[in-house]
This record gives sequence, C-alpha cells and structure tokens, in this order.
Amino acid sequence: MTEEYKPPALPSPFTNTTPAPTLLVQGAEAHLYKTVSLDPSIPAALKVRPSKPYRHPILDRRLTRQRIIQEARCLVKLVREGVSVPAVLAMDWEGQGGEESAWGGAWLMMEWIEGPVVRVVLEQWEAWMKKHATALDASQMPMEEDRVRGLMKRIGLTIGGLHKAGVVHGDLTTSNLMLRSPAQGQRQETGLAASAVSMEGEVVLIDFGLAAQSTQDEDRAVDLYVLERAIGSTHPRSEQFFDSVLLGYRESHKGAGSTLKRLEDVRMRGRKRSMIG
Amino acid sequence: MIAIGMEGSANKLGVGIMLHPEDGSPPRVLANIRHTYVSPPGEGFLPKDTARHHRAWVVKLVKKSLKEARVSVGDVDCICFTKGPGMGAPLQSVVVAARMLSLLWNKPLVGVNHCVGHIEMGRLITGATNPVVLYVSGGNTQVIAYSSQRYRIFGETLDIAVGNCLDRFARTLHISNDPAPGYNIEQLAKQGKQLVDLPYVVKGMDVSFSGLLAAIDGLAAQWGLGGEDAANEDLRAQDPQSGAVHIPQTDGKPTRADLCFSLQETVFAMLVEITERAMAHVGSKQVLIVGGVGSNERLQEMMGVMARDRGGSVYATDERFCIDNGIMIAQAGMLAYQTGFQTPLKESTCTQRFRTDEVFVKWRED
Repeated sequence: MTEEYKPPALPSPFTNTTPAPTLLVQGAEAHLYKTVSLDPSIPAALKVRPSKPYRHPILDRRLTRQRIIQEARCLVKLVREGVSVPAVLAMDWEGQGGEESAWGGAWLMMEWIEGPVVRVVLEQWEAWMKKHATALDASQMPMEEDRVRGLMKRIGLTIGGLHKAGVVHGDLTTSNLMLRSPAQGQRQETGLAASAVSMEGEVVLIDFGLAAQSTQDEDRAVDLYVLERAIGSTHPRSEQFFDSVLLGYRESHKGAGSTLKRLEDVRMRGRKRSMIG
Repeated sequence: MIAIGMEGSANKLGVGIMLHPEDGSPPRVLANIRHTYVSPPGEGFLPKDTARHHRAWVVKLVKKSLKEARVSVGDVDCICFTKGPGMGAPLQSVVVAARMLSLLWNKPLVGVNHCVGHIEMGRLITGATNPVVLYVSGGNTQVIAYSSQRYRIFGETLDIAVGNCLDRFARTLHISNDPAPGYNIEQLAKQGKQLVDLPYVVKGMDVSFSGLLAAIDGLAAQWGLGGEDAANEDLRAQDPQSGAVHIPQTDGKPTRADLCFSLQETVFAMLVEITERAMAHVGSKQVLIVGGVGSNERLQEMMGVMARDRGGSVYATDERFCIDNGIMIAQAGMLAYQTGFQTPLKESTCTQRFRTDEVFVKWRED
C-alpha cells in the first residue's frame, strides 16, 4: 500500500532557479529549502507551506494565509526590534503551484543563517563528555560546564529579548535555536576549550510557525516551560544547566521577574496531570 | 484461552467473547453483542438513566453472548471489565456485574483501560504494527504513539471531546440519536455545500472544540435552524423513497446541512492536522483511527489523503469495532492476562479518570 513519497511541486518562482532549491526538512506543516536570493552567491532559506489537499479549499487558503502572514509579521517586527532572527526577504501568501494557476500554498523566503542548531551542539558535547569525562583533570571539568552555562545564559538573554519585543515563540526547542557561525578570523575560543565542540556564535531564533504577539506572563512562562521540558527530554546531561537560561532571562528585561514567578505556577500545574480521586 | 469482555463506560453496553487459540493462530471473535441506550432527540444520555439501562441489560447480554459463542462457563479463563475512563454510574453498574460473575464462576478479573482496549482492538483488526493512533469518541480525543512500554499521549483536546462537540450540536439541531447522533450528522453533512467560517483552534498538537461549538450553536440560533420546528421541516421535505432532503437554496443563508458540513470539515481538519504533526514528530507512516467518531467516512477519507501525501497509509475499522464494544476489552484484557496480570477482587474498582499512559504495556516488546 505504501507509495513512494513525492514532495509537492515548488511554487512557480522557484521551478527554474539554478541551482535548484534543495529540500532540507519536511515538517508536518512546511517544507524548508535552501535556495539563493537575487544572486547565486547569496544563500537564502525558503519555507513553503504547501496546500493540504485533505482540507476544504476555502479553509485551506484561510489557514495557510493566516499562518504565513503571522509568521512574517513576527519576524519583521523582531528584526526591527533588534532580536536575532532571520530577516524576511520575500513572501507570497497567495502562492501559485508548479502548474499553471494551481494553488500551491504560500511561501516565505528568509535570510540564510550559517551555523549549527543548538540541539546538535549539545548532542556533540554530551557525546564528547560521555567519552572523555573520566580523563578530564580538575580544572577542565568546571571549564567545560562553564561553557555550557555560558551558552545557556546567552539563550536566556535572547529569549528575554524576544519577549521584550512582544512576541512569544510557541515552540521553543533546541532545534529552533541556532548559533550563527562567526566570520573567519573572528574565532576567539580556539585553544581554550578541552572539547572540540564550539559554542560560540550569536544565538538566533528560528521557525516562528507557531509564534504569536503577546506580552502576557502566562504565554511567556509557557515558552520557557516548553524549552525546559525540551532540554530535559533531549539533553538529559545538560538539564542541570537550565538555571543559567533563567539567569540570562532575568537580566534581559524588566518584566522578567514576574514571568519567572509565573513559571513556578506553570511548573506546579504541569499539564495533563492525572486527577484521580 | 477465552476471555469475556464487559464494557459500559458510556451509553453503549457491550459484551464480547474472544478466543486466543493455544496453537498461536490469530485471535478470533466468538461473540460481539451491544445494546445502546438511546435518548430522545435534543437530549443527551444522563449517567443515572444509562446506568439503569446497563443494569437492566447486562445479564441478558452475557447469557446471549455465551450462547452465540457456543462456549460454556467452564471454558472461560478470565472476565475483563472496563476500569475507566468513563461515566461513573454506568461504569459502576458494569463492574458490579463483572465482580458478581467472578465470584459466581470463580474466575479471575482483569481491569482494562478503555482507551488501550480501543488501540489493541484496532491493531488486531487492521494489522497495523506500530501506528500513530487517533482516538476519537464522545468522551476522548487523543493522538497516541507507542514508545517503550507505554501508549504515550502526544496531543489531546484541551476541553471537550470531538464526539461530544458533534453530539451536542446534534442536540441543538434536534437530530435523532438513533443509531448515533454523529452518524446522522454525517448523513446530513453529505448534502451540505456552503462552508461557513468557524473557529479553528489547534495549539501545537492539542485541539480545543468548546469555542467552536459555541460559535456554531450561535449560527444555528441566528439563522433559526435549531430546535424541533426546524427539524420537523427537514422531515417534511424528506423524500420518502431515497431519504434525501430537498432543501430550497436560499441566497447566502446556510442550511442545517451546510452547518453539519462545515462543522465536520473544520473539526476533522483539526484532527488530521495534529495527527500529521505527531507522525512527523515520531517518524511513523501508519495511522490508526479508533473510537466511535473513527467510523465517520469523511474523517477516514481526509486522513487517507494526508497519509498518502506522506507516503503512508491509514487503518480504520467499521462500527463493529470502532464504537465501544465488549471484545476490545476482552482483547486488551487477555493480552495483559497472558503476561500474568490480574485484578484482585479488592482492587476491582472503576474510575472516571484513567489516562492512557498510566498503563504499563507489558505485552509489547518493541
């Protein structure tokens, strides 16, 4: 019964580009491609929300349009506020498909961020630590841990900046945090660290598909809670450093205190806890 | 081995008998009997009335199922009952009957989680090995995937179940509850054409239906489509031969059929969306739909289109296995019983809240 998977046709502006866009990720909602913008030397990220043939066409257009515009609005606002997110280069919310006049979903072209996602950085670090932890001397171990703490703190600062700008991410995981690789010649860390895993670079937030404009403590606290849970489940060895995220967050803006207080409530409440009795 | 399954967590009372042959050949259904408490149009089923119905019917159903299965009491190995989740009073009347049979026949009891029963029955009937499960019924809406000995809940409703949303709208429109309100909405929706705008609430992998229900109830009131009079008008317009309703198209004004159509299109799109997200998350290509709403053909069709686009396939069953029944309790109970699980008489209670992921799934090894 299983058929070979064929990704849906690209929107018409991208059917003849050279080099052809390469598919990086197929999520449930969107496909992410790497392509170029204006000049073959300028890379760009292309997020396509293909139409969903299972939905009623009117509902499909309404949802696709709403969501891509929401995402673009958040990004544009954040760039203006100086939060490090990919800039919007172009978009089409009434996108055309590969075939003539076919509705092919909407697309959003963004600045290309060069660098690893934090998930990979932490995975590499945890793997390295597992292998070498016993061989480290007394001074190297705290240094390694400090490096992770430093990264966590920068993540907290970045999220604080995001919230200060009036946006909540809605899906904070370590896969949605990137480290922008510094330009050549600006690397500072080399030689200092025992492990080979670099943790330098500016923290960049990506994938605003579930983002919303909100300044409520509840929404902000849920953002932090989701990240805490995500780190706990994917990076068990790094979970102990989550406090540093909150430390960075506290320093980031004035309203941070009340959000952190709310986080306590959200944690206590948990979600979907059993209520026998 | 032979197990009797007794289910009565909502308005369906089901007794089923399953045989797991000793030679390891596939399990067989020996009897699958159900009796449904049907409330009049415009009304839901109240716990006390439903419990009274179950109490009145449970002995008859057990006797009938033994006769149909051609087994004697001596052949039975265990008595499986629904421990929860569900409505308190109906659950209790069935658990009392199960306890009584256990003492009378001197057979062990096995308490079963209702949701796990649905999943195991769906897996048995369709042959899906490790699917993402969409469990949709009048009381539950969950997206579930198996991982290390638990059926884990990835997404669920934040308020009412999707079936509850459909049932309650059927009440608003005064649609018959026989055989099921959802079934009658499905038939009416087939004649709907115009899609009205309704709230669409998906939060990550969770959904919410209560606001949507309030909105569509409001639309029904605004256009004068709710209540008994409008329902009778539909009946008068019905063709006695084909059963089709000839509703004159009025400019821009939605019909009752249009509302049912829009309701289904919207809530099912939400369900398919969260299922797709769970599939992408766990990397599975199989979907299994279980629960009463799972017998809706439009939902199955939409899920099929989504699964095909992802290079996968959808597994669904018909009303015999989708809608609450006794054999699913027998099936899940037997799987647990074979691993040595039993429920001592002292612990043979029932509970209205019993989450799917609380059950330790000892019988699966992957």
